[in-house]
Amino acid sequence: MKDIKHLVVSAIKEGTVIDHIPAKDLFKVISILGLDHIENQVTFGSNLDSKKLGKKAIIKISGLFFRNEDINKIALVAPEAKLNIIKNYNVVEKKVVEVPDSITGIAKCVNPKCITNNEEIVTRFTVVDKKKVILKCYYCEKITNQDNMRII
Amino acid sequence: MKNRSLVSISDYSKEEYLKILDLAEEFEKTPRQEILNGHVVATLFFEPSTRTRLSFESAVNRLGGKILGFADASSTSATKGETLRDTIKIVCNYADLIVMRHPLEGSARFASEVSSVPVINAGDGANQHPSQTLLDLYSIRRTQGRLENLNIFMVGDLKYGRTVHSLLMAMSQFNTTFYFISPDELKMPDEYKRYLKNMNLKYYEFKDFTDIINQADIIYMTRVQKERFSDPIEYERTKNVYILRSLMLKETKPNVKILHPLPRVNEINLDVDSSEKAYYFTQALNGVFVRQAIISSILGLK
Repeated sequence: MKDIKHLVVSAIKEGTVIDHIPAKDLFKVISILGLDHIENQVTFGSNLDSKKLGKKAIIKISGLFFRNEDINKIALVAPEAKLNIIKNYNVVEKKVVEVPDSITGIAKCVNPKCITNNEEIVTRFTVVDKKKVILKCYYCEKITNQDNMRII
Repeated sequence: MKNRSLVSISDYSKEEYLKILDLAEEFEKTPRQEILNGHVVATLFFEPSTRTRLSFESAVNRLGGKILGFADASSTSATKGETLRDTIKIVCNYADLIVMRHPLEGSARFASEVSSVPVINAGDGANQHPSQTLLDLYSIRRTQGRLENLNIFMVGDLKYGRTVHSLLMAMSQFNTTFYFISPDELKMPDEYKRYLKNMNLKYYEFKDFTDIINQADIIYMTRVQKERFSDPIEYERTKNVYILRSLMLKETKPNVKILHPLPRVNEINLDVDSSEKAYYFTQALNGVFVRQAIISSILGLK
């Protein structure tokens, strides 16, 4: 089985593999990490079978290593994502995504009367519950949770 | 507090609440103090308001300051599509302090980030109105002689009423026992009840207050608006339950006072007005002293 997976999205020599992304959120992850604007080789597979997620996606980026604060940005859409750091075709480090204390510019505030939905303002939230990913808008102080969260 | 914006009641600590109340007391004794000479305060009211705007302007005038601004957005560049960001950027060049009311929530926090001078939030949509909360605190301390260990009744619309939410947050610093009296559809939201539980404070919920009213030290009335009900029949059935009449005050404690953020519609019967326990009009007057205190402490004049 393992070999077949490797065939679907071929191995990289050096770089980062992001696994266990919910398939439907693959492109959100790509956009949050800015992978659509980089020069590195990026390969990805979607709708792969996963026991945990049903359908998952995987992204492999050659020659790129993320800082923790950057990778934690994807916690809103892919809280279960796991990172493998690859050097010379071997996994040298594994990382999990952690929900940060505050979130800037990724999610939209759920409140239509919030100033951030009416004027060009970068959204800001404090994370009031990391497990359930509940966000409190820094501006209007309203709560946005996973059910009504929209990614910009 | 000097040079710091006041956007949300949680921007101030308990000590800072008390400092404002002490200052307000001073202004009540001597309302006219020309300490704002040469200062300009901008009052930007993007949404109409009577009491809040007039009491802020009265506060500035009594301190000898000058006012510029507008009472509704239709006479401003906002109608030409100017952003709030640009309006604030311009106005902070003209004034030492901005007092703003705006229909959008979070607008005051945003204005405080853009502005080079401090901003006082005079209401941002349904979100925050901290000067109202401070004048409520002042009225409570003024009538009870203390803020600690009181029984506060909150009556009416506890779901959407921003004044009761902010007052709850502020009074939670003073070992208050809360009584929430509201129809099912307008109950105090869970997040506030959870907050009180975490603070180890007692609260009780009732649908009707006639049997328990004699426990109250403060009765904080709010408007029950018809448009808040999904079922109009439910509104017709409950609307009279939340009307305070002078007969109901018979057995109440001698120290009890009735507060209301105003405007009232019919939730306090006119026959209550002549009672010694009615305090809502004096409460509105206290707004001037409290706003004098807020303005002078932010400008560093007190």
